[in-house]
Amino acid sequence: MKLPPFEYAAPTTLAEAVRLLAAHPGAKALAGGQSLIPTLAFRLGAPSMLVDLGKLDELRHITIDASDVRLGARTRWRDIEDDERLVAAHPLLVAAVKHVAHYQIRNRGTVGGSLAHADPAAELPGITVTCDATIAVTGPNGARILAAGDFFTGALSTALADDELITELRLPAWPRERRWAFEEFSRRRGDFALAGIAAYYDLDSGGKAHNTHIGVIGACTRPHRLPAAESALNGRRVDAAVIERAAKALQAALDPPSDLHASARYRCSLAGTLLERALTRTL
Amino acid sequence: MNVAFDLNGRRVQAELEPRMTLADCIRHVLKETGTHVGCEHGVCGACTVIVDGAAVRSCLMLAVQAEGASVLTVEGLSHPEKLSPLQAAFRKHHALQCGFCTPGMLTTAHALLTEEPDADKARIREVLSGNLCRCTGYIPIVEAVYEARAAYMERKGAK
Repeated sequence: MKLPPFEYAAPTTLAEAVRLLAAHPGAKALAGGQSLIPTLAFRLGAPSMLVDLGKLDELRHITIDASDVRLGARTRWRDIEDDERLVAAHPLLVAAVKHVAHYQIRNRGTVGGSLAHADPAAELPGITVTCDATIAVTGPNGARILAAGDFFTGALSTALADDELITELRLPAWPRERRWAFEEFSRRRGDFALAGIAAYYDLDSGGKAHNTHIGVIGACTRPHRLPAAESALNGRRVDAAVIERAAKALQAALDPPSDLHASARYRCSLAGTLLERALTRTL
Repeated sequence: MNVAFDLNGRRVQAELEPRMTLADCIRHVLKETGTHVGCEHGVCGACTVIVDGAAVRSCLMLAVQAEGASVLTVEGLSHPEKLSPLQAAFRKHHALQCGFCTPGMLTTAHALLTEEPDADKARIREVLSGNLCRCTGYIPIVEAVYEARAAYMERKGAK
């Protein structure tokens, strides 16, 4: 369908963007538009105004230092793909982003847009939660930092207020020796995942896993970590038996929804298989 | 709202509602109907155009977002007197049947080969996975794009 009518503004400063959002109830921020415009085409939303962030170049950056990897909200998938530093600075992010959508969408879709849209099957929200990242936002009352675990409140729902904008995603720095893997399954390349798993752990001097982080996408209503599966690894040498126990713990902890694409049981089974594959790749 | 941008090298401007997509602006207002509109929600790739060098879905972009940009559509890919390398390769490999998806295939392939003239078949397939074809099948399309690489490599080498 054609998009519903709305007003349009293209502010040149962040402060002006926030003012516009606050002054127009029902206004929405527009970044790459790769999730928002389809939503409008389906008439699932009818914003009073779109506040285009296209002129806010301050939101388009990738900075890497000893404490974290920072992605400005307008960083596109394409920018992540093209930044060769990220292969070492955050390999899990790079691996996950490879699965995001198609060529044309990757040229426009953004970090901030994906976080704000909060699709439970989307890769970046999954990485954000798995890595205990933080999300910097700004609004009429100033800036605040949200923990990933508090940000995603449900399918397509976040803790972002109507008059707030995401400015940056901050992923904690990535140790070089870390073991990690990302696995997802979708029917066709670029489609949303039926289930996906992000996992990493560090090894202590005795070769045992600690600081295990395991997160799920797709087989959930919002991305979340799986403490039961994580504790199956912590303090142990990772081997086939440990991996099997972790997968069973994951399946017991998951409560995925059924929809026309896959049943809850299938998604649960799939997530377990993906965790086994992911952890086996870390050996 | 007034919007002005370059379309295939010529300056165009139009007065339109903010809700109009770039695809509809190109077709209905600027009357360049080579760009096809299939699904209108970013799935089929038929409406792919090239904005400032990057292939994008023109149904997922507002025309007002193209302000000041340089937009290339399938019309801008052809030469008046001879077939372009992609046209010649598509013809040779029978890479189209009904032709509905073809403008999107050509713009996507042109953007890819301009940036990555050495793209291998796996990369070509990956990139074209964002474009749906309902009749020809993808093998001849991939073959045609693969064959057109030589001309793009020459072009890049000449620069």
